[in-house]
Amino acid sequence: MPTLEDYKGQTPAWCPGCGNFGILKTFKDAVVDLGIEPYQFVIVSGIGQASKLPHYLKCNTFNGLHGRTLPVATGIRLANHEMLVIAVAGDGDCYGEGGNHLLHAIRRNINVKLFVHDNQIYGLTKGQPSPTSSEGMITKNQPFGVFSEQLNPMALGVALDCSFVARGFAGDLGHLKELMKASILHKGLSLLDILQPCVTFNKINTFEWYKQRVYYIEPEYNPENRIEAFKKALEWGDRIPLGIVYRNKRPTLEERIPIIKNKPLVDQSFDISRLENTLKEFY
Amino acid sequence: MDYSIKIGGEAGQGIQTIGDALARVFSRAGYHVFTHQDYESRIRGGHNFFQIRFSERPVMASRNVIDILVALDKATILLDEKELSEHGLLIYDSSALKQKHEKPYFLDIPFLSLAIEHGGSKIMANTVATGAVLGMLGLNLDILNGIIDATFKKKGEDVIKANVKAALAGHDYAVKQCLRCSFSIAPLSKPKMLIAGIDAIGLGILSAGCKFYSAYPMTPSTGIMNYLAGKEKEYGIIVEQAEDEISAINMALGASFAGVRAMTGTSGGGFALMVEGLSLSGITETPVVIALGQRPGPATGLPTRTEQGELFFALHAGHGEFPRILFAPGTPEQAFYLTNKAFEMADKYQIPVFVIFDQYIADSEWTFEGFDLSKITFNDYRLRGDTFKNLEVYKRHAFTETGVSPLGVPGDSHYVVVTDSDEHDEEGHIIEDAETRIKMVQKRLLKKLPLIKQEIQPPFLYGSAKLTICIENNATGQFARLMKAETGYEFKAKINKYDGRPFTLESLLGEINAHVGRL
Repeated sequence: MPTLEDYKGQTPAWCPGCGNFGILKTFKDAVVDLGIEPYQFVIVSGIGQASKLPHYLKCNTFNGLHGRTLPVATGIRLANHEMLVIAVAGDGDCYGEGGNHLLHAIRRNINVKLFVHDNQIYGLTKGQPSPTSSEGMITKNQPFGVFSEQLNPMALGVALDCSFVARGFAGDLGHLKELMKASILHKGLSLLDILQPCVTFNKINTFEWYKQRVYYIEPEYNPENRIEAFKKALEWGDRIPLGIVYRNKRPTLEERIPIIKNKPLVDQSFDISRLENTLKEFY
Repeated sequence: MDYSIKIGGEAGQGIQTIGDALARVFSRAGYHVFTHQDYESRIRGGHNFFQIRFSERPVMASRNVIDILVALDKATILLDEKELSEHGLLIYDSSALKQKHEKPYFLDIPFLSLAIEHGGSKIMANTVATGAVLGMLGLNLDILNGIIDATFKKKGEDVIKANVKAALAGHDYAVKQCLRCSFSIAPLSKPKMLIAGIDAIGLGILSAGCKFYSAYPMTPSTGIMNYLAGKEKEYGIIVEQAEDEISAINMALGASFAGVRAMTGTSGGGFALMVEGLSLSGITETPVVIALGQRPGPATGLPTRTEQGELFFALHAGHGEFPRILFAPGTPEQAFYLTNKAFEMADKYQIPVFVIFDQYIADSEWTFEGFDLSKITFNDYRLRGDTFKNLEVYKRHAFTETGVSPLGVPGDSHYVVVTDSDEHDEEGHIIEDAETRIKMVQKRLLKKLPLIKQEIQPPFLYGSAKLTICIENNATGQFARLMKAETGYEFKAKINKYDGRPFTLESLLGEINAHVGRL
């Protein structure tokens, strides 16, 4: 069985007090809890502070481009659907630059676990608004405040019938760990949005701000009721729900592809001899 | 014998059906065939044509003199009658076109009524026309009947019989009515292979054991996706239509990272979106093959036509410095072998490799004696299974003599495979220090380049070197400029064409002769 020691990585270059530390620790706890070895999964990450995460632990890693985590993750899953693939991105990364890919990954229902570190701001480029920044937030390049409406990842997920839609908080790691585990165990595209304060650039959505507002979704809540889920997804402001907002049992893309039913693509051998017959089609 | 047949009409009228059938008849009869198509960017209507040249000698371009013009619409008569050769003939159906021509070289063949009378449906008018052309040429219908049989096998015996009858009706009508027909046809020989560039690329992909192709549809590269999709089951290949070209190349990189040969294909506009991913392939050293089908730009340009304007784009695309290979096949045969080689090179050096072509070679069909499968190579350069498991130490981007590091398949060993779009160390982890950066650039680029150069095959030489002319389908002569920049060699003359149309034999000969005349 793997231990936390097996997951030791480089020393993080995040700001002291950053919510990412808690997410990193929780991530390690979750995979150790599930008995997953570092070589048994791939993290695909983009660019941003969140996307440095795989370097700070140990696992197969494709740290690609800003916004492009989901296409790479999709390619990996199609080539080897026995490999667990986790996409780690930030809010700007996933909801801004990679917005189109998110829509279509949800449509495909590729079995990828998407963890979005949502701090409602751009950290790496030092303080510009992200798609989830609140309307009116004043930043260096938005002196009159953000004009665009805040993107709601939960409502987006439910509206597109995303297979698994949940929200966690970097201020409650025990709860977050269970959400990560549920997401990994779910079959289908899992969108886990993780509220995470940016101690350097986001002076509005602080630990305190979140703590005053978050609450745990009631145990009797049924996440498989899409209409109720949409209502839940719309909650934001004074009360912010944490937990599994929506879940369904849509078949995954991998399950629908007949040629990989018995064996992952990567394990299928190539036989050049059948080319002889194919050539005959041109006579 | 060197005849050209042109079938003109609106999109959707079936010019391709007639053209395909005739070209196949000629290639099966053992003639050398060349076909090219000219179509507008629309689904119905417009003026489109399919042109077939056939001869007992090798033919590799279209002529602009037509021997038989099949006019399925009025526009064909208006626009293409002037291309008829001295003994050329035009066939049309006066009742369908609602106009009657009295010119002696116009042959009115009632395609529609013969189709209804003999085939039982006006759908078979194209079969009548095909039979009529063969009748004019004095060829019997044995080969065509075989093609009809194979084409309509699934539709049943009745459909086959009806088409055979329709073809015979057209054939016999032409034999009786065409008093001016005096074509001399060479004797039949061994059937030849007839293949378009786009299908040859598709075959090359299959020959390389590629298992993953992701793309967004764009003319003239879409045919690759269509061809491979038809082979998904037989060859165990996944074809994924991506939401955009950015996704297409990133998916291919993901699949390649996971351990399969992967590819994407597009045209210039789509490639513009892929450029970021190209650079990602460069730094992560993830092998990928990119088919780049050129059409006239800038931007949307002439979507369905041909040009060679993207040599510099493919050569210089991508931020940062990294090695790449461009293969530019000149025939479908070359396209087949070079596409196979593209995968070999991509994996061997862990770099992006292009197969760059144009609409002309994509859509035109050529005949060959056959492709030689013994020239096909397939080596697996990835570390898999026990070989990977039993390594003493593993670093994805390890510094080596050749600059090529071990490409492990993630999950096959307890070693983790790490790569990064950031500059990284041997293990693949993000770094910032100058020393590692220098060593990584040397490994990734400078050490590989001389090895890659050794893989270049010498060019094909035609004729003597008194006068060297660089003939390009673009406005500025990109290849001539590249030759000068890289080797100092300057071509004596240039012939450039940038009207979106391919060179034809007569017009190119005229231009070459003009240069020769100045010697």
